[in-house]
Amino acid sequence: MLSIKNLHVSVGDKPILKGINLDVKAGEIHAIMGPNGSGKSTLAHILSGKSGYTVTAGSVTYNDKDLIDMGPEIRAREGVFLAFQYPVEIPGVSNIYLLKAALNAIRKHRGQPEVDAMDFLTMVKGKLRLLEMDEKFLYRAVNEGFSGGEKKRNEILQMAILEPKLCILDETDSGLDIDALKIVAEGVNSLRSKERSFVLVTHYQRLLDYIKPDFVHVLANGQIVKSGGPELALELEEKGYSWVEAA
Amino acid sequence: MTTMTADFFASNLQTMGSALPGSDLPWLQKIRAEALSTFSQNGFPSPREEEWRYTNVSAIEKKLFAPATSHTAVPINEAWLQSFRLQNAWTMVFIDGHFSSEFSVLAGLPEGVSLLNIANALANKADTLKLEKYLGQAVSHKEHGFIAFNSVWFSDGLFVHIPASQILEKPLQLLHIATQADVMATTRNVLIVGDMAEAQVVETYIGLDNAYMTASVTELFIGQHARVTYYKMQCESEKAYHFGGTYIKQAQNSHFDHHNFAFGGLLARSDIHSDLSQASECELNGLYLGVKRQHIDNHTRINHLQPHASSREMYKGVLDDRARGVFQGRVIVWENAQKTDSQMNNRNLLLSKEAEADTKPQLEIYADDVKCGHGVTVGQLDEKSVFYLQSRCVDEDTARNMLTFAFANEMVDKIKIKGLHDQVLEQLLVRFPQEGVSKEWL
Repeated sequence: MLSIKNLHVSVGDKPILKGINLDVKAGEIHAIMGPNGSGKSTLAHILSGKSGYTVTAGSVTYNDKDLIDMGPEIRAREGVFLAFQYPVEIPGVSNIYLLKAALNAIRKHRGQPEVDAMDFLTMVKGKLRLLEMDEKFLYRAVNEGFSGGEKKRNEILQMAILEPKLCILDETDSGLDIDALKIVAEGVNSLRSKERSFVLVTHYQRLLDYIKPDFVHVLANGQIVKSGGPELALELEEKGYSWVEAA
Repeated sequence: MTTMTADFFASNLQTMGSALPGSDLPWLQKIRAEALSTFSQNGFPSPREEEWRYTNVSAIEKKLFAPATSHTAVPINEAWLQSFRLQNAWTMVFIDGHFSSEFSVLAGLPEGVSLLNIANALANKADTLKLEKYLGQAVSHKEHGFIAFNSVWFSDGLFVHIPASQILEKPLQLLHIATQADVMATTRNVLIVGDMAEAQVVETYIGLDNAYMTASVTELFIGQHARVTYYKMQCESEKAYHFGGTYIKQAQNSHFDHHNFAFGGLLARSDIHSDLSQASECELNGLYLGVKRQHIDNHTRINHLQPHASSREMYKGVLDDRARGVFQGRVIVWENAQKTDSQMNNRNLLLSKEAEADTKPQLEIYADDVKCGHGVTVGQLDEKSVFYLQSRCVDEDTARNMLTFAFANEMVDKIKIKGLHDQVLEQLLVRFPQEGVSKEWL
């Protein structure tokens, strides 16, 4: 599904990622862990198409297409979804409108007709129940005045509705209390399937207590310095990042 | 003021003077005479005056708009009028500054509420006494040239008195229609809202596609614990000049919300000034949209005269083409006004390189235990938001259109009267018809 080969990325003249190699197959969950400044967020941003980064070497292919060449909206329509670390507040645009605009953009991209209004509402309400969100959320402006937990839940709601193939979660656990974390994790778990892959970018092992990854990679100084199974996360929790950074 | 302009208005007053309402009342004669003396000396405001430094009104002097002597013979397009009339409201219609009973809707007004035009109010004793007490008390003719002019020349206007504890179920709409070319419509409105009373007022300005001038002054007196929500939708013709000033006296514990939508006019200036007594609250919201070569000036002044009052202010501007938007917001906290809580914000979105926003927030604080702040932005759309929408499948152009609309729509969304909300939204869409934005989400 996703293949990153020898990826080098700079911001201005400063190299951030220095040769990342990563293969994510359909249905797999990969956790990318690492200390602050290791390049975790840059990796998430470069996959979603945020501007301000320069790819100086290497490649990223997604379903055999060059991902770097696609604009952010094309990636999104092709099934790549970034759950933001800091979801943006957009006063004046309601959640329901954004969801509908997004879903219709995907359908248009696939050559399908626009979604029926009633079917859409029924589907959205079902997903809201799953995430224990009030229907009133739909008519509020996107993320405006939402608590940290509400913002993250809203990201997962969008994910549930848009049904992407590759989900990138950038520090989704940051700023969440344990109850909110559980709800978000349950939402993600309910979306797991053989066709859908996840890349979880996280500083702490805590999230991985609730979303069990297939693989854990440790990023330090712009490179993956260690890869392993879920047990690697526990080891990191115990020994701290200095253990792998030194290695 | 040029001699020509002075002569023009002096001779106009000779022919018009006796036709102006209340010309037989000594107290009103006195007000008009004093204002005339001020106007003769100073004329219309000059950019040399600090509060007019961004707005040059010399074009108005040159145009020599004649005060309209009567309302028009031009037939009014019923559908057009209907699109600005609020359903389920009491509506007073003024055409070229003169009351039109034909188009007004006043049935079912609660007993004890006075809602009539000034000319008629001056014909009965009870209302005349109130007018004598209140007219000129919320704003002095010395404030600036337009107030002085208005005080001399007002041809009619609205008089409202809402007795104490009366809650008006329906909004009052004041619909101004300009139909004649090259004339000046001058109205004076006096609204008195009793203690613990509640009212919603909507002021609408529309006009045919002519050059003309509106000079309207409103004085609003809000009693203790009373609540007033006041909307102004200014949709003058794009050749028109507009001055509209609203001056408010808020008694203790009163609450005043103002929503100012400034959309029309070649040159438009709005004044909103409120004097706050103890523990009163004032919220001023504004949205100005400028396209082509429009010049839209918003001036606000909040006087915190006594302790524990609070004020909130949010003005937003969207400026395209070669339009110019001006925001001057003054908050004055007097020595006695401890525990004042005030916040003022002005945000401007510039959509073209030639568009201009001049913004000048002023805080003058003479008390020492207050919480006051202000914030101003002039800029383009937030790139983080554009990216967020793109990451949700929306293409860049549509994302920018959505954000522009959203920026303006935030102010439209505050309107609590459904019919007015839809009218304002329509005006927003007329001015910024943008592809990829559908009405349903607004």
